[in-house]
Amino acid sequence: MAYNCVVPIKQVPDTKRITGDAMNDDGTVNRGALPAIFNPEDLNALELALQIRDKFGGKVTAITMGLPAASAILRESLYRGADDAILITDKRCAASDTLATSYILNCAIKKLDYDLVLCGRQAIDGDTAQVGPQLAEKLSVPQITYVEELISLENRSIVAKRNIGSGWQEVKCKLPVLLTVIGEANEPRVSVARRLMKYKKARSPIEIEMQVKQDNPNAQDSELKQLAKRKINELEEKGLLIKQWDLDFLGADLQWCGRDGSPTKVHRIQSVILTARESKTVEPTEQGVADMIHELIRDKTIS
Amino acid sequence: MILVNRKGEVWVFAEQHEGKLEDIGLELLGRARALADNLGVKAAAVLIGDEVKALAEKLCHYGADKVYVLEHPLLEHYQANSYSRVIYDLVHKYEPQIMIYGATPCGRDLAPRVASATKAGLTADCTDLQIGDHENKDVVHKNLLLQIRPAFGGNIIATIINYDRWPQMATVREGVIPMPEPITSRKHEIIVEKIHVTHDDLPLEILSEHKRKKKVDLKASRIVVSGGAGVGSKENFRLIWDLANALGAAPGATRAAVDLGFVDRDHQVGQTGTTVRPSLYIAVGISGAIQHQAGMSDSQKIIAINKDPEAPIFDIAHYKIVGDLNEVVPKMIKAIKTRV
Repeated sequence: MAYNCVVPIKQVPDTKRITGDAMNDDGTVNRGALPAIFNPEDLNALELALQIRDKFGGKVTAITMGLPAASAILRESLYRGADDAILITDKRCAASDTLATSYILNCAIKKLDYDLVLCGRQAIDGDTAQVGPQLAEKLSVPQITYVEELISLENRSIVAKRNIGSGWQEVKCKLPVLLTVIGEANEPRVSVARRLMKYKKARSPIEIEMQVKQDNPNAQDSELKQLAKRKINELEEKGLLIKQWDLDFLGADLQWCGRDGSPTKVHRIQSVILTARESKTVEPTEQGVADMIHELIRDKTIS
Repeated sequence: MILVNRKGEVWVFAEQHEGKLEDIGLELLGRARALADNLGVKAAAVLIGDEVKALAEKLCHYGADKVYVLEHPLLEHYQANSYSRVIYDLVHKYEPQIMIYGATPCGRDLAPRVASATKAGLTADCTDLQIGDHENKDVVHKNLLLQIRPAFGGNIIATIINYDRWPQMATVREGVIPMPEPITSRKHEIIVEKIHVTHDDLPLEILSEHKRKKKVDLKASRIVVSGGAGVGSKENFRLIWDLANALGAAPGATRAAVDLGFVDRDHQVGQTGTTVRPSLYIAVGISGAIQHQAGMSDSQKIIAINKDPEAPIFDIAHYKIVGDLNEVVPKMIKAIKTRV
């Protein structure tokens, strides 16, 4: 029995490599100033989906909402084994919070034939872990969060082990279902060389349009359109076109998208300023250390 | 969708497991009490389970004016679907202006499902909540819930608000809000709600549940001794254990030390680990990444040992020891043991 898996993925700034220009004045993230990576736990979700496909058959679709540059993580999904890749890109998606994001993803995923939706637990830029459960609610499917192991999948029913902090639970649920997958679940496979060679030429239509414009700086708009169209058709014939959807195609209600659809707003952003403290420098000598310990014993910090 | 209203109460989801209240709900009630007093409304706890009414009084001692009790045999075990459905109904009945949850595995599973159904805003993993005004293009929104959280890997502190759709919801980290002193004489009201739950609300079948014994209780310890990547190896991490043992302290670690396999993840202090506020925190071989500081900077006293004098941990340390931990830690152990 085959199962179709959809994996919502996110391109995130590598928060371990923050530089000074990372923030815009309005408190939003200047994504252009940071290296962008495949959100780590989304790779674990993709890996689990690929394992399901390899064992039972079916199709794995990676889907992301983001800027044209997010096509990069869709290509990466194709290198690793995804069967299909979809980019949701639309200026009206900008400033979406987790609620608006889950609404937009829900509009897209409803267009697909799926048995399982596999999300990473959380993205490293926000660490909210909200989009998975919010998406499950919007799709009206149950959620199994913090999945660390898939135990069985049979007769359209899943048994999974979930990490609940103080221990673990084994839960059973009928499909369709949404899982959020944690980093401990598996070791994501690396790109397959053969697939990398093939899909490194894969592009989304918006990437092609941008490339054509760059290559022909003096061309008229109509000419650019034609050039792009030819290139898009070419890639489509070769199976190298990344699908691209906008909010009109999704039939999304704009009141639930972007800034308007986002109830949470930024009030203030502060850089973390370390508060200077009264401090003592202790010599790393026997006497220095002993004096410090004695002081702490005297003030009853150490009993 | 619930519109802005000024009469709504301040609610806390009172997490309970197997008939025992979790500390986080009590911590949150302390803050809810303050928020409600500031707004001039009542603070209430939402208690869900099977035969849990007996727990309601304790919630009042910790700050609730009211407890909404939602009891049903099918609610004995937590499930996102069933719990979010009954909360959804309750929220629409009473229209609270604020609802807060612990940022526990349960709270982080539940709150987003409620937020999605109610189309309300939700801020994850707050470290502080306050009441304040927000000005936006000449419009002043008064007395909003300021939802304060580290973001972007802990490099910034963001204050989030929602002014056009309520309830204003947030999850709050465990251990960041001090536990209030219980007051047993507080006037209170316990409201048992009539609710309807069916098997359709329970899509999951919980086959088994296993407790994993926590190897360390960082939050309860007066002293925490933590090691970072600078400790160098799992073998050398023995030094951290030895120092902790000499002090009767809990051994902690940075994420880097955990990722390197020096010690189990239970020991991790920091933004993605446990938040601690002990009397004494000893940071050994820890450079002091923001993410780590987020989990320990409220310690009353901090000793930092690092051979790099420029390590950021020294900016927040009360005692700075620039030196080789392999020499300094044994000297500390000796001084503690001999007390001379």
